[in-house]
Amino acid sequence: MTLPLLEARRISKSFAGVRALKGVSLSVYPGEVLAVIGENGAGKSTLMKILAGVQTPDSGALLLDGEPRTIGSVQEALSLGIALIHQELNLAETLDVGANIFLGREPHRYGWVDARRVSREAQVVLERVGLHIDPSTLVGDLTIGQQQLVEIAKALSVNARVLIMDEPTSSLSDHETKVLLKLIRELRTKGVGIVYISHRLGEVRGLADRVEVLRDGENAGRLAGTEISHGSMVQLMVGRELSQYYPHQPHHPGEVVLDVKSLRTRAHPGQSVDFQLRAGEIVGMAGLVGAGRSELLEAIFGVVPALHGTVSVCGKTVVPGSPRGAMDSGIALVPEDRKHQGLFLEMGVRENLSIASLHQEQSAGFLNKQSEKALCEEMIPAMRIKTAGVEQPVQFLSGGNQQKVVIGKWLATRPRVFLLDEPTRGVDIGAKQEIYRLMEELAAKGVAVLFVSSDLEEILGMSDRVLVLHDGRLRGELLRSELSEEAVMRLATGANREEATAH
Amino acid sequence: MKKNLGILGLLIAVCIATALLSSSFLSAYNVENVLRRSALFGILSIGVGFVIITGGIDLSLGSVVCLVGCGLPWLLTVQHWPLPLSLVAVAAVSLGIGLCHGLLITKLRIQPFIVTLCGLLLYRGIARGFTADQTVGFGNEFKPLRLLATGKIPFLPGFDLPAPLLIVAVVAILAAIFLNRTIFGRYLLALGRNPQAATYSGIPTQRMTILAYVLSSGLAGLGGVLFVLDVNSAQPVDFGNFYELYAIAAAVLGGCSLRGGEGSVVGILIGAALMQVLRNMITLVTTRNNVEFAIIGAVILLGVVADELTRRIAARRRAAQVLQNAAA
Repeated sequence: MTLPLLEARRISKSFAGVRALKGVSLSVYPGEVLAVIGENGAGKSTLMKILAGVQTPDSGALLLDGEPRTIGSVQEALSLGIALIHQELNLAETLDVGANIFLGREPHRYGWVDARRVSREAQVVLERVGLHIDPSTLVGDLTIGQQQLVEIAKALSVNARVLIMDEPTSSLSDHETKVLLKLIRELRTKGVGIVYISHRLGEVRGLADRVEVLRDGENAGRLAGTEISHGSMVQLMVGRELSQYYPHQPHHPGEVVLDVKSLRTRAHPGQSVDFQLRAGEIVGMAGLVGAGRSELLEAIFGVVPALHGTVSVCGKTVVPGSPRGAMDSGIALVPEDRKHQGLFLEMGVRENLSIASLHQEQSAGFLNKQSEKALCEEMIPAMRIKTAGVEQPVQFLSGGNQQKVVIGKWLATRPRVFLLDEPTRGVDIGAKQEIYRLMEELAAKGVAVLFVSSDLEEILGMSDRVLVLHDGRLRGELLRSELSEEAVMRLATGANREEATAH
Repeated sequence: MKKNLGILGLLIAVCIATALLSSSFLSAYNVENVLRRSALFGILSIGVGFVIITGGIDLSLGSVVCLVGCGLPWLLTVQHWPLPLSLVAVAAVSLGIGLCHGLLITKLRIQPFIVTLCGLLLYRGIARGFTADQTVGFGNEFKPLRLLATGKIPFLPGFDLPAPLLIVAVVAILAAIFLNRTIFGRYLLALGRNPQAATYSGIPTQRMTILAYVLSSGLAGLGGVLFVLDVNSAQPVDFGNFYELYAIAAAVLGGCSLRGGEGSVVGILIGAALMQVLRNMITLVTTRNNVEFAIIGAVILLGVVADELTRRIAARRRAAQVLQNAAA
């Protein structure tokens, strides 16, 4: 049997007395994709940071080609051929793509950066990741998905032997994801060892040769080849069998609650969108990144005023162009970017939960501390928010609990239309299920729920019907009976409805 | 409240040091004087505090003090306007200035620093223009009005409280109620923490920002009136010079973060008092007033550095505790 390219043996690591890793081992062989999965907090990211030299282990050994090594810094890891692509983007937005790819190791002549070589070599790696852009484009002008691909191009340009990817597809469109997955397969055939972290189990199932499951900082189990299935992975991750991953029940939609008529957004001024939501249904909105899904939600909610068109709730036209107007009509929006748009990170759970419903109190502008307290006492147990207390700043909560705070803040406004933009992004499986459960409960109470997701499984699993956007236009609507990954993808990539459901 | 203890300790330490170094520090005359100045600067500092809490800055308030401080006696003694009309005029001007700042910042999205820097130049220039650089004052008139700033409230035998203390107390109580007990105060703090999330939460962010600048200029106007009533003469070239910096320094010392979202009225008042005690110490203890800025600069820097360091230690402790809770 061949030697592993990189092996970690019984790695332990503690932070401030808390053990994040308790003797974890894994090895990656040349020419394979090893998926590392686990809930948030299982220790995946810490382990990856240790492999890539960002952090050093407290105990345990790292072996490269069977030789014990200490990897003390990122530079050292890079020189050994180990590259890590972070979950969060680490690009300088004000520099161009080429400069970012060669940041810190610019090819130079006589002390000057060799701009021509930067451009030429950048072009080559950009082609490999399927990005057809000029290396002199500013990174800040790219979409998040494109930036992620630049990050990957950067890792490729160092000719890594071990490539560690931490949730590389979380911000990619389906098309970009496909390009990336193809690239990973290509790298695999060239003998690169790939460590792939993802929450998207469908992706893992299609890609991984082996799966390493972590739970609570320990190895929870290994799967290889045909053992890799959705059920087996989930079971190892949560330590128990989940009877049903998506708690979806078919609903019986009632009256039309939300009516969107010929709405035009700034992102796609040439296209107008019409659709309706009924009481008690969950509607999924699918589409590629850039299809205008978030922009549509933001226009309905009034964060970014629509150019044209009307939104009405229960027959009453919503005051356009202001979130407060939308809120007064009973619309709530859980935004895409939790940390920047959803939360006041330094403020406590209490203040975050109450901020959107303060003005609904009949208290002449004064804070009603009693009802604020009552709100916390209602929401925290109902949403199972894990927090050390109501005053705990939300920055110290896990991603899943942060998202529950955002959802709770909107539940407090007692909305009739609940819009959610990527509600489970960066959230672990346990919290995901609770978010699904909440969506179900809302629908059962007669709220019209519309959620945008780039996770097709989630769209298929949670929707009564699916609206598919393509280039700012509503390409079609699929009922639950017509739903399939293929049908959604065909609409999302621009096919019409007949073509999409023909197969 | 805990946050204010550090700055309160510093204030007490500076007071004790000054009292030990100079016997005249604790004289009734001096204490009354320091209290009066602290009260006047406290009004300005509370105003700029609102703006700082939203994450903005107001550099113009020294010039607003000058414009109003010169404008009121000029209207009364040169233009011979009736008193009520003059007071309404200066109030309208100062509130109007804040409104303009707020509109430029929210509607045209010009940076607060630029808008209020231009204000700083503009309003002093205007004051110097209409007074032709001539000192203006009330002379022997308007004695009852001047009592607002110069009046004394008997307190202890041989020691009276200056009237502005009463005014700042009212302003401070209203400001504290506004900031801590109304939803608008919560909105201001939230807006300072994260303007984008504030918008997504349905907070009327533009109106709140405008309100903060109106409060800042309005209180600067009130301060300007009281300052000129106190000293009875205003020289437009230097009246209110650097007051914006004293006020900003007081707010920052008092716990307002220039990043926005943080600040308490009590802290701001203590900060304002500290600034005045420092200035007083320099006058009493040294024979050289020309090092005043150096000493004030050094003390503010030390205060802010100490604050940052304690905050980091607290954050580290907190993070460790959170991890421990998470593990338990």
